[in-house]
Amino acid sequence: MTEKHINVDYLARVEGEGALRVKILDAQVTDVQLNIFEPPRFFEAFLRGRGYQETIDIVARICGICPVAYQMSAAHALEKALGVTPPEGVRPLRRLLYLGEWIESHGLHLFMLHLPDFLGYESAIEMAGIPELRPLVEQGLRLKKTGNQLMTVIGGREIHPISVCAGGFYRAPRPAQLQALAPDLEWGLETAVETVRWAADLHYPDFEADYEFVSLSHPDEYPINEGHIISSSGLDISMEEYEDHFSEIHVAHSNALQSRYVNGSGEGGSYLVGPLARVNLNFAKLSPTAQETAREIGFSVPERNPFKSLLARGLELIHAFDESLDIIRHYEEPRPSRTKLPARLTPGEGMHATEAPRGLLYHRYRVDENGLITFAKIVAPTSQNLKRIEDDLWQYVPGVMDLPLEEATLRCEQLVRSYDPCISCATHFLKLDIERT
Amino acid sequence: MSEGQKPRLAVFKFASCDGCQLTLLDCEDDLLAIAGAVEIAYFVEARRRMLDGPYDVTLVEGSITTDEEVERIKEVRRQSRFLISIGACATAGGIQALRNWADVSEYTQLVYATPDFISTLAESRPISDYVPVDFELRGCPINKGQLIELITALLIGRQPRVPAHSVCLDCKRQGTVCIMVAQGIPCLGPATQSGCGALCPAYNRGCYGCFGPAETLNPASLGQQLITLGWKEADVSRAFRSFNGYAPAFREASEQFEK
Repeated sequence: MTEKHINVDYLARVEGEGALRVKILDAQVTDVQLNIFEPPRFFEAFLRGRGYQETIDIVARICGICPVAYQMSAAHALEKALGVTPPEGVRPLRRLLYLGEWIESHGLHLFMLHLPDFLGYESAIEMAGIPELRPLVEQGLRLKKTGNQLMTVIGGREIHPISVCAGGFYRAPRPAQLQALAPDLEWGLETAVETVRWAADLHYPDFEADYEFVSLSHPDEYPINEGHIISSSGLDISMEEYEDHFSEIHVAHSNALQSRYVNGSGEGGSYLVGPLARVNLNFAKLSPTAQETAREIGFSVPERNPFKSLLARGLELIHAFDESLDIIRHYEEPRPSRTKLPARLTPGEGMHATEAPRGLLYHRYRVDENGLITFAKIVAPTSQNLKRIEDDLWQYVPGVMDLPLEEATLRCEQLVRSYDPCISCATHFLKLDIERT
Repeated sequence: MSEGQKPRLAVFKFASCDGCQLTLLDCEDDLLAIAGAVEIAYFVEARRRMLDGPYDVTLVEGSITTDEEVERIKEVRRQSRFLISIGACATAGGIQALRNWADVSEYTQLVYATPDFISTLAESRPISDYVPVDFELRGCPINKGQLIELITALLIGRQPRVPAHSVCLDCKRQGTVCIMVAQGIPCLGPATQSGCGALCPAYNRGCYGCFGPAETLNPASLGQQLITLGWKEADVSRAFRSFNGYAPAFREASEQFEK
């Protein structure tokens, strides 16, 4: 009997702490575990008793890479719970803030976390030391910076912005502040198009999986803050129905819960959220430039190769720059910048999902008459993808296990990194309903 | 620093959101210069190559929340010439230190269906509760400019210049009209250390304490003022008890107003 292990004790170039364990016995994969050892921080528990506006600042701290996603899902869910509608003009500004985060996060992942795998380097830092690759790294950093600039102008700072509140924004930027960013965004648009053209010629491992793609969908726009939840097998539900169709399971090897898609027969399967799912389900809503670039490089949907999520991220970058410029061109400062809420509130419950850079992010809150949280539930994109990553590995490992161990390990890591997993996110949510057997 | 070679930099993560180490990657204009001036020996979020210690400068993000982390921070300390804790989690226990006022086993049961799988300590504590720390850089998140100042100071061998005055002084310098005086908006600025650039008052909202207690503060008096503006004592307690809630001065204030 020959036993072989692919072990990665500490996954690099992902956010948070996780390990990968694959066991192969007589040329058969017998175990795959994405082991999440990032310690839990119990957000859903300590949110109870906090004020609804504090909640928006607190949930940002679940993730330093996508704080806006948490603020957006929370603000919308809390506004539903409290029955408040933000003033006109808040909607495009929230979209713009979120697009800034997409640009920053996708730029970081594409150039610094994912690309080194395709070019055979251990990091973008190493790439920067090679004269012919340095301009590429510099380009990636500048691209990422444009996203950070957008977030800083609207949110005060790029990590844990301070301007978002239930009801709108504490303060909205003046048109001139945003217009000043247009030249950088125009550069970003051109660069994103060039990047996708260039990245089309990278070597993508030959691998496809039969994914259940899940994302938001909106009749008029590429989904970010609003819409309904759809899947590639025809699911079409409101955000309020999310928990009827998706459930979370706690497995022994992980401090993060894993989500399952519950089908009609009650069996739970894995599903995929994130850029690849969004692009597959919403291709026709991408900006014309993004669609044109996709056609030019021969990227067509359905695209089921997870390694090509790099291209999906690239297409979303193009879209994000395009739409940012469009929003800025038509921007009028919302006055007032927020709808103020009374001190005495009607208790309520609200649930909302938005599209974080890494995929669907679902929040549900109950708020009492004093504005204090009595219940919180948060489902992060990465906990939804964890089971899907393990399923991919079961299928992918047999094709690479005869390679030298170092190479096989690297290929498995590359696959995991394709998901841009955010382990810090995945460990902090889970289920508040206690289910014991 | 080691003779004749570049100083070795390491970045370690404990319980945190990753935002403070991301601040280093967000130094887009300076990152490659930093990478040229030091050897980035250990930085798992950014590179696959992980070199063993010793390290000249170690940045530590996150708080200590598990037994494994207690052992790991001791080893990190042994391997580090200068150990700098960065951010509210590392310097004060972070938002996850809210568990320090609760029963953690209750939390585990609330969040996880099978609590037996979870191993965690009863409290979230700062790095300095377990090992000596050479410098603490505050903030939730830390400030990019302060991070670069810190790295620069260490590279040329001088004390980092990180002011400890309150947010109020920054508002005055920037010409931001006091929102508490002019608009009656409750603000933690008088008790909070500078570092963010007095952002919140400039955005028409009260400071909520990201950089922790200022050098000299009077939280009892500030708390009374907040109550005069319409807050209840419980609101004052909660305000002090957030990202830096376990920092001693904020902790005492939050307990003083707890009802």
